[in-house]
Amino acid sequence: MDVFMLQLFNGVSVSSILLLIALGLAITFGLMNVINMAHGELIMIGAYAAYVTQNLFRNYAPASVFDSYFIAAIPVSFLVAFLFGLLLETVLIRFMYGRPLDSLLATWGVGLVLQQLARSIFGAPNVGVTSPKWLDGGMTVASGVVLPYKRLFIIGLVIVCLLAMYVYIYRSNAGRRMRAVMQNREMAACLGISTRRVDAVTFAIGSGIAGIAGCALTLLGPIGPSIGTYYIVDAFMVVVLGGVGKLVGTVFGALGIGLTNTLFEFWTTASLGKVLVFLCIVAFLQWRPKGFVAMRTRSLD
Amino acid sequence: MRAERSGGWFTPRTFPVLVGYAAAAAALFSAPLYISDFRLNLLAKFLAFAIVAVGLDMIWGYTGILSLGHGVFFGLGAYAMAMYLKLEASGGRLPDFMDWSGITALPWFWKPFGSFGFAVIMGIAIPALLALVLGYFTFRNRIRGVYFTILTQALVIITVTLITGQQAYTGGTNGVTGYSKLLGYSLSSPETKTALYMITAAALLITLIVCRLIVKSRFGKVLRAIRDGENRVRFIGYNPALYQMVVFAVSAGFAGLAGMLFVLHVGIISPSMMSIVPSIEMVLWVAIGGRGTLFGAALGAVLLNWAKSAFSESYPDAWLFFMGALFVIVVVFLPKGVVGLLQLLFRRRKSKDGHGRREAVYPAEKEGAGA
Repeated sequence: MDVFMLQLFNGVSVSSILLLIALGLAITFGLMNVINMAHGELIMIGAYAAYVTQNLFRNYAPASVFDSYFIAAIPVSFLVAFLFGLLLETVLIRFMYGRPLDSLLATWGVGLVLQQLARSIFGAPNVGVTSPKWLDGGMTVASGVVLPYKRLFIIGLVIVCLLAMYVYIYRSNAGRRMRAVMQNREMAACLGISTRRVDAVTFAIGSGIAGIAGCALTLLGPIGPSIGTYYIVDAFMVVVLGGVGKLVGTVFGALGIGLTNTLFEFWTTASLGKVLVFLCIVAFLQWRPKGFVAMRTRSLD
Repeated sequence: MRAERSGGWFTPRTFPVLVGYAAAAAALFSAPLYISDFRLNLLAKFLAFAIVAVGLDMIWGYTGILSLGHGVFFGLGAYAMAMYLKLEASGGRLPDFMDWSGITALPWFWKPFGSFGFAVIMGIAIPALLALVLGYFTFRNRIRGVYFTILTQALVIITVTLITGQQAYTGGTNGVTGYSKLLGYSLSSPETKTALYMITAAALLITLIVCRLIVKSRFGKVLRAIRDGENRVRFIGYNPALYQMVVFAVSAGFAGLAGMLFVLHVGIISPSMMSIVPSIEMVLWVAIGGRGTLFGAALGAVLLNWAKSAFSESYPDAWLFFMGALFVIVVVFLPKGVVGLLQLLFRRRKSKDGHGRREAVYPAEKEGAGA
């Protein structure tokens, strides 16, 4: 029973990280149809932003408030990645709408440049981020079952992000405009929505969430220039499995991949587990080729 | 299965192309006369890469399917050859890395690779079969475009983790290395190296000819039709999935062939040579040379790798900046690559078969992921 609980928690924990990373992709890939391969590098930017925030606190703030740096790091990471996304959209992505495969190649190039840039600025070795004291330790649920606070914090963070996204997309005017543009660009433009602005803001928000994901990843281990590449393909699989266009799909995809992954890795080895997860995904796509939740469309091709 | 209606092999229009091919072939085959052994070995490696690029161009440039998984097919071919070379080098004993991992008997799937013929056949057949199976499960359900691309990328990840994880059977991260002989000839002697270069050049030439025959045939016309409007092809009564599967498998087979040749020139294969970055680099070769032109793909592979080795010798850090910038520039400004640029410069008369028309080339991608 303890083993089961622990496995379940691990699965949910992995899922929550996947979900946080895939949330940003769900917006840029799912809604805008842009494959942003630089998403991993936006995560990296968020992680380094947290690292810089930590250093600023360490050097310029009194030692007593150091532990609260992480609270400041989250919005900082979001903002830095948001601005980066905005820049990227203005300079490059807007030429790529309607050409998803081209966007993949171009953003991959951007990712390479950003990785090398990080290597030049922060050095090739990984840097460590000291996680705040109040996240050390864990919650003892039963004897032998300890749930680390860091993981619980990340799960909480994901839930907050998810709720914020839900409110933004489905309950706010900006989100309504966004959905209108995604569903029928021409009609939305006719009704006076500035599709250019919506595109830019949407992409920037997706990037900002990648930044938050990067900030969260600093809790789990050291960060380096290639931190994003570990997660990027998994995150894409989440979006593909969940289906494009709806938040529910992304949640489903993340839970599906996270839970099955931990399950298979527990039963077999890490490498075989990955193979089995991939086979499951391909098998699932035989049943639902467009993912778990497919956006209904009447568009012709 | 004959060439396009507008002409056969020898028409005024194809004549310059044939002359170009002949000149390139002559330059390639006489290369051992005028470049050093070191450069020759390097060039041989690039020619092996060019074979992958030509195969990749068949599915990306002509069929509109972007595969980011060709590193896997390349790697599988390379491993097949490496297994033969390793067994040959260890001369009946267990390969050294198996010894270290505590394996006492040769695994069953290693045994047949002691035969050169079997290894060569498997080096092409295994990648082709894997592509066929993956293609069957994806194209049949109309999983295409971006979805297919991401699935191929996942294929790369799992293959690399699998090979890295099964240290005892595959050599893990270190890969398979330490070869000495090929069919009794020493791999390090200059004569063997020159012969291997010649074989690679011939293989590239054959690849180019075969691919040209394919894309000029009726089959190739259907491929282009699929690229430009898959559903319309389906409405006419074709089964696009079948065509996609076949061309994907053929392309993977060529990648396997290239992998085998690569191992012979380089002397090592490891998972890092087939992972995400090399797989995407392969796509860049095609993009920079010019997708939809077979010769351009080969040219792109050689040019870019030559630039890479020249560039990273002097500025190892700057290479990534350079490559990243190339991706962006080529995709945004040069969608038809170097060959497209040359065509633009020489203002070649646009032919009527649609090759020169830029706006009609990639509408299929516009469907995007949602389609």
